[in-house]
Amino acid sequence: MRWGVVVFPGSNDDRDTLRMAERTLGDEAIALWHKDRDLHGVDCVLLPGGFSYGDYLRCGAMARFSPVMEAVGEHAKAGGLVLGICNGFQTLCEAGLLPGALIRNRGLRFVCDVATIRVETSDTPFTYGCRAGELLQLPIKHGEGCYVADEETLARLEADGQVVFRYADRAGRSVPEANPNGSLANVAGVCNPGRNVVGLMPHPEHAVDRLTAGEDGLKLFRSAQAWLGRRPSEARREATVVPGP
Amino acid sequence: MSTIVARVFVTPKRGILDPQGKAVENSLHTLGFAEVSDVRVGKYIELKLRDVARDVAGARVRGMCEQLLANGVIEDFRIELDGSAA
Repeated sequence: MRWGVVVFPGSNDDRDTLRMAERTLGDEAIALWHKDRDLHGVDCVLLPGGFSYGDYLRCGAMARFSPVMEAVGEHAKAGGLVLGICNGFQTLCEAGLLPGALIRNRGLRFVCDVATIRVETSDTPFTYGCRAGELLQLPIKHGEGCYVADEETLARLEADGQVVFRYADRAGRSVPEANPNGSLANVAGVCNPGRNVVGLMPHPEHAVDRLTAGEDGLKLFRSAQAWLGRRPSEARREATVVPGP
Repeated sequence: MSTIVARVFVTPKRGILDPQGKAVENSLHTLGFAEVSDVRVGKYIELKLRDVARDVAGARVRGMCEQLLANGVIEDFRIELDGSAA
């Protein structure tokens, strides 16, 4: 398949993401310059981590007005796959492609650590190959990763199974101690109502090698490969969902 | 038409966690300002508008706030034109 990695001024995980898609997955991967209005036929758009536009005003606030984001929006509207990682997640929220927003970590400190996240639903292209309740170890590195949404929005996300990942302890419990940034309900990642757009703060692209940070991140990308390659008969495969927060 | 100075105050919405405000409040308490509570840290943005009628300027700045200067999910904004509320 063909992956597209958006490059904003200030993106800094774009190279790693491209490298992962090419070398680890063995797929075709192209960089999508932020001024590009064409997605060049990619199957999946990846918005990488970094500090687009210096994080000025709010993280992702300026990036959402890049010409490429218009094409990303159309791709998303047509059901195309989009994954936003860290700054990419912030940008998708700013663009209104995902609900909620990400604000300064509750502890005010930049966190750089390995987080355990629990897959809450297998009903997205990026968790298609996971089990609900499965635990993944992924690196986190962010200053503004505290997920917030108004009560009504959060209730809707919970009811519709749009919370895709939640911070959890090693035993899989989404307890406050396992929450690195103060996110509401330990939310680490969400999807849109169409479930084709997913965003998360942890970095799956940095966990694709046993030598460095493990291979748990690969599951998200392998899921997307499998989801795109599935036969029509598999399309309605029973999804698994973790019951409640 | 002359120049209008617009001042935009962006503040965290009520109910939205404001860790910065909390930290500032704690520091003020440490410094002995015990009477302080509910510190909210926001942003102040100043703009100059050229060749725009005052009645149009308010709507224009509101548009800027809604599209870029503030994020309605987490922030409220207030506008002043030449020192008075718009």
